[in-house]
Amino acid sequence: MIDFEPTPEQQEGIRAAHEAAKELFRPVSRYYDEHEHESPKELIDKTWSRRNDMAFSVGLDPAAALRIEELCWGDAGLYLCIPGPALGGAAVFSSGTKDQVGHFLGSFNEGGPKWGAMAMTEPHAGSDTAAITATAVRDGDEWIINGEKIFVTMGKRALEDSDGFVVVWATVDKAAGRAGMKSFVVPAGTPGMKVEKLEKKLGIRASDTATIIFDNCRIPFDNILGNPEVKKTETKGFRGAMATFDATRPIIAAQAIGVGRAALDFVKETLEDKGIKIRYGTPRQKLTALEQDIMEMEANYKAAKLLTLRALWMMSQAQPNSLESSMAKTKAGLAVTKITQKAVEIMGPLGYSRKHLLEKWMRDGKINDIFEGTGQINMLVTARRVLNYSRDQLK
Amino acid sequence: MISFSPTEEQQMIVSMVKQFAGDEMRKIYRECDESGEIPDNVIDTAWKIGLISNNIPEEYGGFGGEHSAITGSLIAEELAWGDLSMAIHILCPALFSYPILEMGTETQRKKYLPLVCDEKYKAVTAALIEPHFDFDPYSLLTVAQLESNEYVLNGDKCYVPLAAEADYLLVYAAENGSSQGFIVEKGTKGLEIGERENNMGIKALSTYELSLKNCRVPKENRLGGPDGCDFNRIMNCSRVALSAMAVGVAKAAFEYSRDYAKERIAFGEPIASRQAIAFMLAEMAIEIDATRLMTWEAAWKLDRKEEATKEASLVKSYADDMAIMVTDRAVQILGGHGYVREHPVELWLRNGRGFFTFNGMAIV
Repeated sequence: MIDFEPTPEQQEGIRAAHEAAKELFRPVSRYYDEHEHESPKELIDKTWSRRNDMAFSVGLDPAAALRIEELCWGDAGLYLCIPGPALGGAAVFSSGTKDQVGHFLGSFNEGGPKWGAMAMTEPHAGSDTAAITATAVRDGDEWIINGEKIFVTMGKRALEDSDGFVVVWATVDKAAGRAGMKSFVVPAGTPGMKVEKLEKKLGIRASDTATIIFDNCRIPFDNILGNPEVKKTETKGFRGAMATFDATRPIIAAQAIGVGRAALDFVKETLEDKGIKIRYGTPRQKLTALEQDIMEMEANYKAAKLLTLRALWMMSQAQPNSLESSMAKTKAGLAVTKITQKAVEIMGPLGYSRKHLLEKWMRDGKINDIFEGTGQINMLVTARRVLNYSRDQLK
Repeated sequence: MISFSPTEEQQMIVSMVKQFAGDEMRKIYRECDESGEIPDNVIDTAWKIGLISNNIPEEYGGFGGEHSAITGSLIAEELAWGDLSMAIHILCPALFSYPILEMGTETQRKKYLPLVCDEKYKAVTAALIEPHFDFDPYSLLTVAQLESNEYVLNGDKCYVPLAAEADYLLVYAAENGSSQGFIVEKGTKGLEIGERENNMGIKALSTYELSLKNCRVPKENRLGGPDGCDFNRIMNCSRVALSAMAVGVAKAAFEYSRDYAKERIAFGEPIASRQAIAFMLAEMAIEIDATRLMTWEAAWKLDRKEEATKEASLVKSYADDMAIMVTDRAVQILGGHGYVREHPVELWLRNGRGFFTFNGMAIV
């Protein structure tokens, strides 16, 4: 039965996430935007100690998207600082064995705060993930990893500030192309791995974005996720990366939606204070330009949100959702960009000033149109799926 | 619990309607657009599915199924995918009967609901739109005034589907500034049905202008009696139906242009293998799906009897834009071939353009 109402328990989690966003995130939102690379220690400790609260429970279902929306309504950068296995965890989940999941993610229930990260992008390979040059060479019971990874979200906190891990994508056989691409779990403190620098960014400044160098970095043989063998016809490793995207793209979309709603709420509250009401149901030719803008923003927010809920619902039903995930991510990236930029425009001096958070949301929101596949890459994936084309048929 | 899966019953009726749309409507829609006529037998075949009578309680002659806006949206999308003119024609009796089912007095329900439970299709309709550019359903220029035991109706209407054929019309008019419905029987003095209209699209559907000149109807003919009707809900049900139809038309245009783009070779490759075309199609697919989900959400609210003006009007407006974006691109993808009437996309563009105008011409 088509239904849009979360269960009472899910609603409780969403409400808790909203409270956390209001109490923990919003009050320090501006501070950590202005103090890039400073660690929000108190927030990290609090969210870690409350990691079993409903507000922070992770999951791959529509309710998870709704909780993430609330948290990112609070602050998208700080949301990324919440300790947990994050994208690294998603990769282990989607490509690892049961033992590996237990081994690498088990520690996330104990000790101090820790993070997982994923290292895919390289200086000369962004969206073209098959072009990565980092290598993994087998040496007896070990793999030796070499290469440079950039744009690793939470890389520093995973590897320097905690005993977390990073999932690294590297090729075991360059000649094999995509078939040679595998992922490896590298725990914090492994010799030969170094956080080289942190990016200074347009937005989500509370979250660290690291460059990581692997210089003859040795890890146990069993840290490879998926099958270590290279078969020319098999691109399972690469497909593993893509399967991870099916799960993570709607999550990014949910983050985008949260930022978009923060901006929308700000605009609507400001207008309400001035006694301006949006006249839903009024014919377009009678609406003010302002009302038309707001309604378009709201519709885009809704469109993105429903596409996201659907993608995650399909995942929770074990249905293939590559197309729907990419659709959600494409739309949400566009929607948050449009909504936040329009909000800054509409609010005039209030929008542009750093006295309010709106300008920050515009900067924060933009990342969602970029990471986990730019809007264009997701459009390309969507196009291939709707046309039933391979990557060779549609480049 | 959040779910995007229609019930088994809904899936069954959708597949039935889909088959009808594919087998019957798609065979003749071009011909109908050219001739301006829809063969009776097609309407009769559709009628036999019981799309409206299914939702009427048994005591009024129906099959007693649940009247659901979600089911209505699913049906409206499939029918509009087949052909918009025929879809509006087939569902036209709902314009009259659903408001009576939901808001009519017991006497009205008893008298009028059996009309749409007959084995044969019988035209009954509703008149809402008025012929001026700033038409607003909430401030109608057609007025109703109570004079002793009668309402006196005055004003002009247009885009009234099947007005000439209809035995009864539900005419919306302003009564002391609020929009209310009035049941007007065919032949009532003062009801003048004009010439059949000639529009850019939905050419197979017969629509009419009509005027009401001191047209008197008994007091009991006010929809809902003394309580009146929940006009806003009627509008929301209409917004949802039209949004669903916009999705259907857009989907037809999307599928056709996608298939064309995969077959049309230029510079040695299908044009779909170029991002300029492929990205257009991807965006069309995204917006169609988004609009469908928004339609479902608004319909879901209606089924829960919740206030849905925000959701319904947001999706209607979004669907209006989406329909024109998608149908225009479909024409663009076919290029010159899209402009000629050998292909259907120009027809869908003409129909798709109309959703801004089609207020109250369909209902769930």
